[in-house]
Amino acid sequence: MYRLTGVTKRYTRGKETVEALRGIDLTIEDGDQLVIQGPTGGGKSTLLQMIGGLDRPTDGSVELDGEDLARISETKLTRLRAEKIGIIFQSFNLIPTLTAQENVETALVPLGVKPAERRERAAEALRSVGLGERLGHAPAELSGGQQQRVAIARALVKKPKVLLADEPTGNLDEGTRDDIMALLEGLWHEYGLTFIMVTHDSSIARRAPRLATIKAGQITLTEQGDGQRFAQQAAGQDGGPQQAAYGQQPYVQQQYGGGQGY
Amino acid sequence: MFGIYLKRELGRRKKAALVIALGLALGIALVITVSSVSAGMSKAQDKVLQSLYGLGTDMTVTKAQSAPTSGSSGGPSFKFGAKSSSSTKQSSDRVMTQGGQALKSSLVTKVASQKGVENAVGALSLNVTKVDGSFTQGKAKTTTGSSSNSSSGQGQPGGGSGSSSGGGQPQVQGGGANFNVNSYSVVGVDVAHQGLGPLASMKITSGRTFTSSQTGTKVAVVSKSYAKEKKYKVGSTFKISGTKFTIIGIATPDSSESTTDLFIPLKLAQTLGDAKNEVTTIYVKATDSKQISTVKKEIQSNISGTTVTTSADLASTVSGSLSTASSLATSVGKWLSIAVLAAAFLVAALLTSSAVSRRVREFGTLKALGWPSRKVTRQVVGESMVNGLIGGALGIALGVGAAYAVTAISPKLTAQMGSTGGGGGMGGGPGGGGPGQQSTQNTLEIALTAPVSLTTIALAVGLAVAGGLIAGAMGGWRASRMRPADALRSVS
Repeated sequence: MYRLTGVTKRYTRGKETVEALRGIDLTIEDGDQLVIQGPTGGGKSTLLQMIGGLDRPTDGSVELDGEDLARISETKLTRLRAEKIGIIFQSFNLIPTLTAQENVETALVPLGVKPAERRERAAEALRSVGLGERLGHAPAELSGGQQQRVAIARALVKKPKVLLADEPTGNLDEGTRDDIMALLEGLWHEYGLTFIMVTHDSSIARRAPRLATIKAGQITLTEQGDGQRFAQQAAGQDGGPQQAAYGQQPYVQQQYGGGQGY
Repeated sequence: MFGIYLKRELGRRKKAALVIALGLALGIALVITVSSVSAGMSKAQDKVLQSLYGLGTDMTVTKAQSAPTSGSSGGPSFKFGAKSSSSTKQSSDRVMTQGGQALKSSLVTKVASQKGVENAVGALSLNVTKVDGSFTQGKAKTTTGSSSNSSSGQGQPGGGSGSSSGGGQPQVQGGGANFNVNSYSVVGVDVAHQGLGPLASMKITSGRTFTSSQTGTKVAVVSKSYAKEKKYKVGSTFKISGTKFTIIGIATPDSSESTTDLFIPLKLAQTLGDAKNEVTTIYVKATDSKQISTVKKEIQSNISGTTVTTSADLASTVSGSLSTASSLATSVGKWLSIAVLAAAFLVAALLTSSAVSRRVREFGTLKALGWPSRKVTRQVVGESMVNGLIGGALGIALGVGAAYAVTAISPKLTAQMGSTGGGGGMGGGPGGGGPGQQSTQNTLEIALTAPVSLTTIALAVGLAVAGGLIAGAMGGWRASRMRPADALRSVS
């Protein structure tokens, strides 16, 4: 469980001090899905960095399962990121020289997983996102949607407790966006992850059970209930077996038919 | 993952990697070439000194320079017997001790007894000037009618026309002289102690050397170059001032060219040079080669009237292209190598640092994934090290190639030894100029080599590693300071 108390973040640029976050209080239960929305420069990415342990607040605390990410040592914080937090970036952030499989493996390197097991787990993760045939492909040989699926596999291969996504569909067309969102929702649903996502996209924000809107560093929470999921939409459009299958077995297996599910 | 990632990254940035590697290669190649050429120079200088000193000699003792007394010197004079025949062959040898100054033989024992001296051996250097040829008497003729009988008498040697001092006086016509002047150097060696002294650096290529019992035997060892010039072989004979010697061996110096033409037993040399119980040079070997300067001081303070010359003193008198090239190698070459190497290190460090800057998102992502800073740093340093080692390998290949080319071309360097100004009391060995006012210069021609030692290769590898480490440290430092938030910020 996340508990943010009075989180404030100030940046100093020359003589000017910018307050990106102003005393944010927020609780996120395990297995929750939270979508953070807001205008550019509103502080949503900064909040995600605090939650992900990528940066530390100027004031306040960010507790994950009782550990304050603002106070623990850099070594502990790095270890915590490696074990508990999976991150997906808007621009995928894949290492261009490594293959899809090797990119996924990079998430297992800091955990000290042996190479053979690393390769096996990375291949399995890629199969679970429908890229079982693309293990040896370099990022440049994959489409945007495929690259984001590699990034998703990389985020999930270590079986994290929390999945953070910073504008995961920002660089994708509408069709691919829906595919990726369906995949993410399916994975969240299947694994009971705590899923926190930053987005500009209102159509995505509308469907989130919980919406946090950040403006000028301050947060407003909206409970939206269980909206229509992308997975259901995708199943409805395509018809056939997927529609019935949703909620009964892992989405990834229905949608991409690959592997044992992840 | 480390190896795969490293290989792929270097493959992606081939051009940058090549620039870094080539920069380092150039610096390392220069260091190898300059080191090897310097080693070659040093070897050449050693050869020059060896040719003068003999192997194992640490210093020489010669008579201190003294101002020439009036009438004590002067040019060589020759006496020919006056004969009455119309065409007369004449031959005469003028034997002089080299430099005209000698030490008493007893000093050899005194020097040997000094503290720090392991052994001392005396030698006598002689210069022999041989003049041979013939006179042809002129004939006197009376050109006027007052006296018709031509009288023969002692004409003036010289031109065909004699002096005419008046009518009726006989004129000398015809006559003259045809002489060859030949100069060569002879060293009298202590046949009982040939391990030290002028013969120590010679190798017998034909025949044999002296036996210790041949102190008074009229035998000689001749240098190969002189034997070739005079067409001498083992068994040939020659005379010095009427004393007939038999050649028992032909010797060639271990290095360079010999400055001595003939070696004969010391006792005979002393007789020929009219220098009984005298030597011109005492060759000294110290017990500890690191204590040479102390031994030098010891001898100078205890034995007055002597000049002690060490190889360091002698080396300072080497001039000519060897000296110039040596100075170039040690000064310009050294600084050029340092400058190029420093520039290569700087370029490598800047390029690596710039490459890290371009990979902010990549390293930020890895940190966001939980890679500790040390793993990211290790990756950067690893890439730099490989660049450094590639540069090192290229540099070693280039440097060894250049050194090999120098050895293959073997440029000839000349070394001029001895004092031209007549001052300084420089010692020197046989033919080494001699003490005192003798102002002759010995010019030796030496082929330059550039030997590459294992130490040089180790130095090159060390530099390659250092280059990689310096560049990697700079890049790694930047990468380690990068925050994972940069990965997100770079896209927002």
